[in-house]
Amino acid sequence: MNWSLFWDLTVSGVTLGSVYALVALGYSMVYGILKLLNFAHGDVYMIGAFMGWFALHWLGGPVNPSAAAWLVVVLMFAFAMVACGGLGVVIERFAYRPLRNAPRIAPLISALGVSFFLQNSALLLFGASFRDYDTFHLIGGKTYSYKDIFLSVPQLLTIISAVALMIGLTLLVARTKIGKAMRATSFDREAASMMGIDVDRVIASTFFIGSALAGAAGVMFALVFGQIYHFMGFLAGLKGFTAAVIGGIGSIPGAMLGGLLVGLAESYATGYLPQGSTFQNLYVFALLIAIILVRPQGLLGKADVKKV
Amino acid sequence: MADELTPQVPPDQPRIGVDEWVASVEGRRERYRGPVGWARRAWDTAPPAVRLLAFLVPAAIFPLVTTEGNLFRYGLITLVYALLGLGLNVTVGFAGLLDLGYIAFFGFGAYTYGFVASTHTGRHWQAEFAILLAIAVAALVGLIVGFPSRRLVGDYLAIVTLFFGQAFVVFVNNANRIDFPFIGHTDLTGGANGLDNIDPLNVFGWVVNTTKEYYWFTLGAFTLVMILLYFVSESRTGRAWKALREDPLAAEVMSMPVNRLKLMAFVFGAAIAGFAGAIYGSVQTGAFPGDFDVGLLITIYAIVILGGAGSLAGVIVGALIVNGVPELLRDPNQAEWVFYTTLVLLVLVKVRPWQKLVAVVGGTLALGFALVAIANAWFPRWTAGQPGEGKLAHWVSHWMLLPSHPTQIANWAYALTIALILVLTLLRGWARTIVMIPTIYVAAFAWENLLLEQTAGATRFLLLGALLVVLMNARPQGLFGTARVEIV
Repeated sequence: MNWSLFWDLTVSGVTLGSVYALVALGYSMVYGILKLLNFAHGDVYMIGAFMGWFALHWLGGPVNPSAAAWLVVVLMFAFAMVACGGLGVVIERFAYRPLRNAPRIAPLISALGVSFFLQNSALLLFGASFRDYDTFHLIGGKTYSYKDIFLSVPQLLTIISAVALMIGLTLLVARTKIGKAMRATSFDREAASMMGIDVDRVIASTFFIGSALAGAAGVMFALVFGQIYHFMGFLAGLKGFTAAVIGGIGSIPGAMLGGLLVGLAESYATGYLPQGSTFQNLYVFALLIAIILVRPQGLLGKADVKKV
Repeated sequence: MADELTPQVPPDQPRIGVDEWVASVEGRRERYRGPVGWARRAWDTAPPAVRLLAFLVPAAIFPLVTTEGNLFRYGLITLVYALLGLGLNVTVGFAGLLDLGYIAFFGFGAYTYGFVASTHTGRHWQAEFAILLAIAVAALVGLIVGFPSRRLVGDYLAIVTLFFGQAFVVFVNNANRIDFPFIGHTDLTGGANGLDNIDPLNVFGWVVNTTKEYYWFTLGAFTLVMILLYFVSESRTGRAWKALREDPLAAEVMSMPVNRLKLMAFVFGAAIAGFAGAIYGSVQTGAFPGDFDVGLLITIYAIVILGGAGSLAGVIVGALIVNGVPELLRDPNQAEWVFYTTLVLLVLVKVRPWQKLVAVVGGTLALGFALVAIANAWFPRWTAGQPGEGKLAHWVSHWMLLPSHPTQIANWAYALTIALILVLTLLRGWARTIVMIPTIYVAAFAWENLLLEQTAGATRFLLLGALLVVLMNARPQGLFGTARVEIV
């Protein structure tokens, strides 16, 4: 067995998986509370990548940034996260909130519309060409290695910051007051509102957090893979959602696990399966179908018991 | 005999088996007033055959009065989209399943037809068999995709089918260089270049060749499917689908075979899409991967949703609007007229009473002329841009700022337009009227300087996306649909 190929694929799989996991978290959190598939989530991720690019260029560009490189990267993340969080709140307020008591299919179609609107607005405003983060000039091409395992700085950065964000999110949901309110709302929205929880505010904050994570994921993806364009959110959103379903939708650790699995599956498919680089998405799709057939509630999800 | 069995109900009592909503339908019908009310009453009470004729007669006259190019763009393509809409209407409208891989079935139809009838593959089947095969393949694939998804809650179906649609595009893009286990290297779909040189339709010896003939053929096919669907929707299965859509749990409790019904609706929709695909493939004399992408999916969804999910007449009207208006937008001069007419109509319909109307119209005009005057006097760069061609564009240039380098500022204006429209939905009373003035102006500014350049691409799809959101918020039942009645 060729171990160096294996480790290369694993590293890139884990990197990709961290990105997918962050996207999946947003899907999963929103689904947990609203039972709504937020199709626009992938496009929020795309907007995040663009916001990071704008932040980078307002700070002088990758070749001669006006601050230290680490500060520039931190500011890119901060700007993309805040902008995307705000965008998520706006989308929720205007496209989903009025439909909260409508038949199930109405908000789904509204979400589809928002997704398409964002994609084409990006095409209109930012143009159809690819944009490059040029991470090489910003961060440099240094790699760390341990035996056969090689990690570039952006990869390391992605994995570490993804883990940090996930720990932060877990603590937020488990320990804080707003986290408690979120759990209560997702358990039973009506009962939560009777207990004095401002459900609208909880849902808005869920959208803010989920979208901010997607924005961070967009910047991470762009730092590692370089290029961004208006349609990048579609596939990433699809994979993120697949990750959420595989892990068990509504479950936060499930989304992390699912993201990792999808990233690794995609990466190994590229390396080991016939015509993997062309058909990697089909392999991920096959994985989704297989898991849905065997365990429809996902790996870490609980089977849904419906009370009437 | 039957009459005696029906219980005689006193006139002041509600009829048995008929709830309050149904019993009061006459009263509601009487409430429509004016010429619109008359038309709606006539439409509501007309028998289905008359309604069908109301569409067929103009559709039959259309090719006699128009040019070849217009017949293709407005007639034939609208019919193909309407046929697709009919199929989606079964899955989404009747059964309430969110099928986002629908376009893939359309693609399966086109590729199957091309596979058995084209110079590319060297097979030349008669169209009556090729079309049947295309329908069968699409239905079979629908069955295979629907099978794992059928036990899933509605939302999972959406994601599985969305992924499936994407997988289809990836597959046809690359299927020209797959090595199969036994057959070896085979070119299945022509890859990114598409499956070209597809035969024209050849039905029982009638070779369909010109646009006009295709139009007649598609019109016939459409009418056939329409009549079929009318009977299906009134049948036991059709009613069961609608029950399923309204409340799956209640349907299951009523011992309806929910899974089988879902699968049936799914396969039925897929079969119609396959049929449409075969026609489309022969019209285009080719099947290209780019034709079966998300853009078309959104277009067909917009058709079904705008017309009213579950309504057959709505599909026609939806297809006319959703395909017709963007086609008009392709020509900048026409696009200008469409935009300002829509704007004026919207303001006329939405702004009441007349004092506010006068304020909005007067305010907007005054704002524009004032800005142009100021710019002319002090900032000539802001009016240095070239107005578009045509009379309307010339008039508008007296009222609208046209900067010489509009890109950056127009981008901001676009963002500002969205923000202002969102704010507008939150305001009430005179505040709304006043904010409406700058909103209209900024929107027109973004239109003139940014959106008008992209009317064939981004603008068209962007408007469709916005249309879906607005419709869901303002009128979820669409133009012809019936509003959902909650009886608790």
